[in-house]
Amino acid sequence: MIDQPRRAVILLAFFVIAILFPYLMRVCGQEYFIGLASRMLIYGIAATSLNFILGYGGMVSFGHAAFLGVGAYVAAILVVSGWSSALLAWPVAMVVSAAVAFLIGLITLRTKGVYFIMITLAFAQMLYYVTISMKAYGGEEGLNVPRPSIPWLNLESDTEFYYVAFVLVCAIIYLMHRVINARFGRVLMAISENEVRMQALGYKTMHYKLIAFVLAGTIAGLAGALLAAQNSFVNPSIMHWTSSGLLLFMVILGGVRSKYGGLIGAIAFLGLEDFAVNIQIDWLANWYPSYSQHAMLLVGLVLLIVVLFSPRGIVGFFANRGGHVHE
Amino acid sequence: MSTNDFLLKTVNIQKRFGGIVATRNVSLEIMNGEVHALIGPNGAGKTTLIAQLSGLLVPDSGQIFFGSRDISRLSLSDRVKIGLARSYQITSIFRSFSVLNNIALAVQARKGSSYSFWEPVVSDSELFEEAFAYVKEIGLAQRSEVIAGQLSHGEQRQLEVGLALATMPRLLLLDEPMAGMGPEESENLVTLIAKVRERVTVLLVEHDMDAVFRLADRVSVLVNGELIATEVPDLIRSSEEVKRAYLGNDTAT
Repeated sequence: MIDQPRRAVILLAFFVIAILFPYLMRVCGQEYFIGLASRMLIYGIAATSLNFILGYGGMVSFGHAAFLGVGAYVAAILVVSGWSSALLAWPVAMVVSAAVAFLIGLITLRTKGVYFIMITLAFAQMLYYVTISMKAYGGEEGLNVPRPSIPWLNLESDTEFYYVAFVLVCAIIYLMHRVINARFGRVLMAISENEVRMQALGYKTMHYKLIAFVLAGTIAGLAGALLAAQNSFVNPSIMHWTSSGLLLFMVILGGVRSKYGGLIGAIAFLGLEDFAVNIQIDWLANWYPSYSQHAMLLVGLVLLIVVLFSPRGIVGFFANRGGHVHE
Repeated sequence: MSTNDFLLKTVNIQKRFGGIVATRNVSLEIMNGEVHALIGPNGAGKTTLIAQLSGLLVPDSGQIFFGSRDISRLSLSDRVKIGLARSYQITSIFRSFSVLNNIALAVQARKGSSYSFWEPVVSDSELFEEAFAYVKEIGLAQRSEVIAGQLSHGEQRQLEVGLALATMPRLLLLDEPMAGMGPEESENLVTLIAKVRERVTVLLVEHDMDAVFRLADRVSVLVNGELIATEVPDLIRSSEEVKRAYLGNDTAT
């Protein structure tokens, strides 16, 4: 790991930039980026929750977007039905996501390896088709939804929404940090390393995995609710399998089994995607005018390079090459 | 319970894998407080039997009693909770955890709740004090901060036994604990088993005959999944049937 002082400096720099960000963007007349940054933070929450079960629990879920979708739809449906307080809509979205995660986990966690990957994917796709069939809530077209309200804050303001997302991502990362270093986290990591031996020490490993799975699903549900609010829109593609793939992509890009891996991966991915789609590269446009339609090629290339040269993701670039495993 | 009572008893347990009968009508009694050795040639079904006793495999028929309780259907983790722990023939430790953290996992399993989501485990001094006592007992005090994957083979075997011991079992199933150990390391382990037998009943599966005859109160012989004898060591040594089935051509291992 990076030594303590350097780590503190990097963290402090990130905090300062993050806090001043909306102000700086407004000064530069680039308000667009405030919304992009909010999306980065929200995806950071979702990717952090996936990293918790994937990195520390060894559960490679290819259906994590299911919880993102459940959270988004529950919050959106509550808001369009007149329950417009975020303090109601978001917690309810989390509770429903937790319940769905419990049911899915109960079944999927009986499998391992490739089977677990495929069955989580299958559940997410099932929910995807459920939302397509919900004609009352827009079906395939999706659903426009006003932003919910919070007392004393104006979530309609992109700047204030950004700060809400920022506080929440900090809270979630801190929560994960505590859980990972508590007895529960230690048990979870040991299970991911040698599950049968944990049973031979007297642990009911299924319980621990299920709790971790539900916790991750709950947090992803919160991210979904935030995402629906941020976009003022939700449609089924939020839980399409490519969305689950995206979250995996972010975790791997940022750094598996790292506290900040999810957030860093989300920032890097969405930043790169935005750059590839929106920035005009003249010489490339002259040579191949419709190149921006294939912008995701660039993103894929970057992932390839990161995986090849730093298996521990962007975080790995900064870490020592030593064999230390735990944070 | 007096010392004449059995601690673990199997009644006619049977296990098949396809056409192969791996455990054939085995009725085994392990007395409270004894060191009971289980020997037999390679492929006799010793590991399969241990797997059924520990709960990793469920016998096709027959029953297993622990004390007076029928544990035939109890899960691996539930059996550990009532005092039945095992070590593995193929080392199964937490390779990325330090020696002390390995043992702490075993101590934590029975002490307090592992559903603690907030307090850092590092500050859990009571847990680590108890864990360190076990680390000392298995002779790894100097190595307690070393990552388990970097230990020598012999040290990993010691840790393997330590993990089972730290669950504080009443019955300890040791599956070839000396496998692959040098003479000096084996000697350390014999000393350790001789010490813990004061508080734990032991079922010892072992190829090292020297260790078996030094430690065991009684010896059971398993051949082709069948229990052919259970006697005191001297009688086992002189039994023609055992010699024929096992010792005669296999003593060198």
